[in-house]
Amino acid sequence: MLRSVYNWLDKRLYLTKLFRSTAGHHVPASSGSWFYVFGSATLLCFILQIITGTLLALVYVPSTNEAWNSLQYLNHVQYLGWYLRALHNWGSNFMVALMTIHMVQVFLFGAYKYPRELTWVSGVFLLVATLAMAFTGQVMRFDEDAYWGLGIGASITGRVPLIGDRLVHLLLGGPIIAGETLSRFFALHVFVIPAIIIGIVGMHLRLVLTKGINEYPVPGKPVRRDTYDGEYEKVIEKQGVPFVPDAIGKDLIFAALVLVLILACSAIFGPAGPSGPPDPTRVDTVPRPDFYFLSVFAALALLPDWMETVVLFVTPVMMVGLLFILPFISGTGEKSARKRPVAVLSVITIFLVLGTLTYMGDTSPWSPKMNAWSSQPVPVDLLQHRTPLETRGALVLQNKQCRNCHSLEGHGGQRGPALDGVASRLTRDQLIRQVIQGGGNMPAYGKNLSPPEVNSLVAFMLTLHSPSRPQARDSAQPQVPASKKVSGKSQ
Amino acid sequence: MTEKKEDDAQNPTRRNVLFKAGVAVNAVAGVLLAIPIVGYIFSAFAHPKLVGAEAWIALGDADSYVTGQTRLATYRNPFTRSWDGATAEIPCWVRRVEDQKFQVFAINCTHLGCPVRWFQESKLFMCPCHGGIYYEDGSRAAGPPPRGLFEYSTKVENGTLYVKGGILPTLSEPLSS
Repeated sequence: MLRSVYNWLDKRLYLTKLFRSTAGHHVPASSGSWFYVFGSATLLCFILQIITGTLLALVYVPSTNEAWNSLQYLNHVQYLGWYLRALHNWGSNFMVALMTIHMVQVFLFGAYKYPRELTWVSGVFLLVATLAMAFTGQVMRFDEDAYWGLGIGASITGRVPLIGDRLVHLLLGGPIIAGETLSRFFALHVFVIPAIIIGIVGMHLRLVLTKGINEYPVPGKPVRRDTYDGEYEKVIEKQGVPFVPDAIGKDLIFAALVLVLILACSAIFGPAGPSGPPDPTRVDTVPRPDFYFLSVFAALALLPDWMETVVLFVTPVMMVGLLFILPFISGTGEKSARKRPVAVLSVITIFLVLGTLTYMGDTSPWSPKMNAWSSQPVPVDLLQHRTPLETRGALVLQNKQCRNCHSLEGHGGQRGPALDGVASRLTRDQLIRQVIQGGGNMPAYGKNLSPPEVNSLVAFMLTLHSPSRPQARDSAQPQVPASKKVSGKSQ
Repeated sequence: MTEKKEDDAQNPTRRNVLFKAGVAVNAVAGVLLAIPIVGYIFSAFAHPKLVGAEAWIALGDADSYVTGQTRLATYRNPFTRSWDGATAEIPCWVRRVEDQKFQVFAINCTHLGCPVRWFQESKLFMCPCHGGIYYEDGSRAAGPPPRGLFEYSTKVENGTLYVKGGILPTLSEPLSS
């Protein structure tokens, strides 16, 4: 009975023929490897994102006035709304992570080489599109971080020469972040970019069918344009197996594992945010981007300002451009990572750089700790046995918010150097000059401190040195009298 | 096959005249469709000042600002839509320098637009994102900002302080002075 139904359908839809040319196409047996499971897992995440995203859209209101409230409603009122938000968030984390692993694997296995250049190029488009989804998705979570993230995006756009102002209007849907901004990012996140991704994924998969999946690379067997196609045909003839069911087993197991991990992470860690409401008048906020963009955020703090605008626009173009031309500049030769030390080192370098920048973006040592001055008192042991003048100086240090940038015993900002032991680095005169004139990325406090305040502040800082390291002294002055003079003043 | 093609070129048949005419007509129709689409998307380029024109906005009684002090003030964006929600309320820092002299700074750091915060005791603006620091008069003190804070034009009329605003200030479009 079932067979006859199938036969009836097959005669009309050519299902068997379709299967043979797609899911059942022959792949090299060596590609049924645990290393080859990440692409299909990324696709699984994308499908999950479409499902969970559509479900969220049943409740979410893409309006600046209502978005944040509807997220709260999803989190707290809608039955299992929090879990769907968590699934969408963790699905995106896994999608970015698996896409990255897939890309690294393809790179290290030389799978981008002849004749699969276009497969790689379409994959680079998918990388860009996925990162665009991550950024626009962060805007959908319309909280204070999203608001100021848009501000950062607009400020970056505003640095484009000549047409920067108009591009800002284009990005924000007006001259300022307002009602049209969220609608525009919603359209991008929900219609435009997913449609682009679906189209490119179709091409990506079509290329896997037309040009075949990369055979497991063997060291010492370089790719040559004139012989490769024939060699690959032979491999398929000799050790070809249908993808379904012979080579898909590991993909299926890994896919299920990924799904279970996403479900578990969502249940354990829950959804992301939203943080405070997108109210720009709440200025006591510390905006941070999502994980994926922390490295960019860090680079923007660490670059010297004179090269910032250039790096902002040239580096991404160069990096994406380099990815695009990669298969055309190294389209032949060795595939195996064992014979490609530069490739392996490049991957290691890129990940060390991204990892370090992400870590720095997370800790942000360059940002002043906005509440250090009011929340982290001067450690008691630094105040014991101090003169009234020095104690007064400690108060000045605290009140003038020095601690926002300078730490004492590990507490406080890290923007400037820690002040423990400052007296063994700078003399009294140097301290006075530094406080009054600033310099070396420190503002000048000359106008904001009265001479008595400076005097007491410096007196306190001169006590900040460990017993084993004496105070710094001016080498132009005779040693004995100078140290007596200085210690006489400070103790 | 090739013979047939050559044949067609020499003796255009009704069919391939129709095909070529069909392509041509659709190309024209496509351009006609593209004009409103491109115009709609890139309206910022066609009419950059249609919505973005700045306007004078009242910041309240001038005497609610103490001479020599700086404090936060908020105003309602002059070009709002009913669905703007909280984003229609824009903050700014008002400094009353002298009796009739005001300085009003945009909240946005000139580096990347994060909200700068005023610290009364050290008389500095500090940015929480990348550590940009500005002095009381808005000039750059330290950190990555390429310039001082964006400053609104101000005027006092009938005891009310006005600023000219309505845009998100960026390096390519600072507030008009």
